[in-house]
Amino acid sequence: MTIATEHSKTDAKTEVQQWVRAYRRMVMIRLFEEQVNELYTRALMPGLAHLYVGQEAVAVGICEALRPNDYITSTHRGHGHCLAKGASPDRMFAELLGKEAGYCRGKGGSMHIADPATGNLGANAIVGGSAGIATGAALSSKRLGTEQVAVCFFGEGALGQGVLYEVMNLASLWKLPVIYVCENNLYTEYTHYSETTAGDILARGTAFGVQAESVDGQDVRAVYTTAKKLIDRARKGEGPALLLCNTYRYTGHHVGDINREYYRSKQEEHLWKTERDPIQNLGNSLIAQKLADAATLEGIKSEVRGEMKAAVDFALASPYPTTDQVGQNVYA
Amino acid sequence: MLWRLRTQLQTKWGKTFMPEAAERELTFAQAVREALAEEMRLDSRVCIFGEDVAEAGTPFKVLSGLVEEFGAERVIDTPISEAGFTGVGVGAAMTGLRPVVDIMFGDFLTLTMDQMVNQAAKVHYMSGGTWKVPMVLRTTLGATRRSAAQHSQSLHAWLSHVPGLKVVLPSTPYDAKGLLKTAIRDENPVVFFEDKMMYKLKGPVPADDYTIPFGVADIKRVGSDITIVATSSMVQVALGAAELLEKAGISAEVIDPRTTWPLDEKTMIESAKKTSRAIVVDEGYGRYGVTGEIAAVIAEGAFYNLEAPVKRMGAMHVPIPFSPPLEDVTVPTEQTVFEAARALCGKA
Repeated sequence: MTIATEHSKTDAKTEVQQWVRAYRRMVMIRLFEEQVNELYTRALMPGLAHLYVGQEAVAVGICEALRPNDYITSTHRGHGHCLAKGASPDRMFAELLGKEAGYCRGKGGSMHIADPATGNLGANAIVGGSAGIATGAALSSKRLGTEQVAVCFFGEGALGQGVLYEVMNLASLWKLPVIYVCENNLYTEYTHYSETTAGDILARGTAFGVQAESVDGQDVRAVYTTAKKLIDRARKGEGPALLLCNTYRYTGHHVGDINREYYRSKQEEHLWKTERDPIQNLGNSLIAQKLADAATLEGIKSEVRGEMKAAVDFALASPYPTTDQVGQNVYA
Repeated sequence: MLWRLRTQLQTKWGKTFMPEAAERELTFAQAVREALAEEMRLDSRVCIFGEDVAEAGTPFKVLSGLVEEFGAERVIDTPISEAGFTGVGVGAAMTGLRPVVDIMFGDFLTLTMDQMVNQAAKVHYMSGGTWKVPMVLRTTLGATRRSAAQHSQSLHAWLSHVPGLKVVLPSTPYDAKGLLKTAIRDENPVVFFEDKMMYKLKGPVPADDYTIPFGVADIKRVGSDITIVATSSMVQVALGAAELLEKAGISAEVIDPRTTWPLDEKTMIESAKKTSRAIVVDEGYGRYGVTGEIAAVIAEGAFYNLEAPVKRMGAMHVPIPFSPPLEDVTVPTEQTVFEAARALCGKA
């Protein structure tokens, strides 16, 4: 990809900053998730978590193309979406540990991070469960004239849910500014998507008149470029889009899913991790194009590692909510 | 005819309002429409969506005229996608609109259950109180319209079961207007059930802007021998039964909780303590239902004052049948409530 040649020096500098920022954010998600796994294996985290490792370029590429006040809805595998949209790791860890300082005061946990300040309408533990919410946010944007776009992240498993098609039909009829982002990480829990998904995924969008495109979900710049085009289009009132991001889940369905050979091979995992890693590939490309050097990138990793450690320490040291809070926030 | 809706209310009104002699009368449907129109005039964020809500004004004609006044941007026809547009309502409510979602028949609530139970009801709590869902879902209940098993159910107990939702069951035109205005102004998801057999029921409705608080029961008729707690159109049935009871020398007090959540336990318990006998009448299924819940509340709160077990009267435990003679025996009637009350008073 040629980045700098056709632009002025200022544009080129901005672009470099953008990709270094994207690199940093992907590293942050990767290292965040490593810490989550560590907390789980050390039995410091209640319950389970579904890691986003391997899919970082999707959340980061798309959120790079969003405005701060644009909306997202997320999934059970949502840490990456929340961080990419601007969530702070310390309050994320606090929520994962059920602490009062967490984004949901400990009431939501890993699968329900929500944050109005960053336009995060909430992660949803019902597969496809947020499709209506994202579409409703887009309706508000259109009605109130705020020019906000809503992005609905979902995994390919949600393609089996009827409500997704109901709201795509509505969004197309009403030309709503909503982007349905399907992250196909190849596995719906423990089953290869080909066993659950008939026909063509993009055709499910075009059938409703929804602009449908696919992109290499391991290439953050490709994700960004396509997302930007679809988001700008939606913002201008030209209607919703379905963006299929082809990606891979490096780890199990959740942190406890260790033995995976009955549903996929170690060779397959190895191939994606070594040849298609979004962070490694962006890093190599930035170095090859002399937009960043190896030391800078190593520096970023080490800095972010320190930030994650501090964030975990903050969460571990934070108090649990007092039990009198259990009945609060049932009603507004 | 086993029971029919009364066109003239002859009851004592609640504490909040005493109609004057020449009070304006509206039908239940008109009262609902007036509440919506008033709130839409007051607040541009209020919008309606559902199937055939615009030009058609719904099959019951409850919304007729609203699209003409407020436009198709605010009174929005949807495809037949109950789950989809209910979910859209949740998201729109979270982000600045105040949607009133119309689910034509309460039977179709089954299609919205994930959106209502897992989304609308839980968003505020799961987000630690940061997001709110100020949405109203209006729907219908009630049998005897000869509509068979998928257009006749009363499923309000399902929603009343779920923390995070409020559930409203107006029984008069006056209550319908005041309660719907409260629902639209509430910051929480509210499910508003209208008995489709009551749409033509007339009653006094002030033209004023008034609201009725949730969780405040209304004593529709004062009595001393037995308490009849009833909901929705069963209030009208209970009032009819109370008249029959009066002729039989039994003084019945009729209490309408008006909302099954929040539930005004105190008023019902105090009444049962006073009368020492209670029947609960509701058109939902008796088992695991509203009648069971309210009977338990009364039994727990008034146990030492009760002369008889609390009696529950709900729909028969069958899918609602089509054939009129079959359908009519599935729901409580003035006569069956009268007989049950008389038996409970030892005068059968």
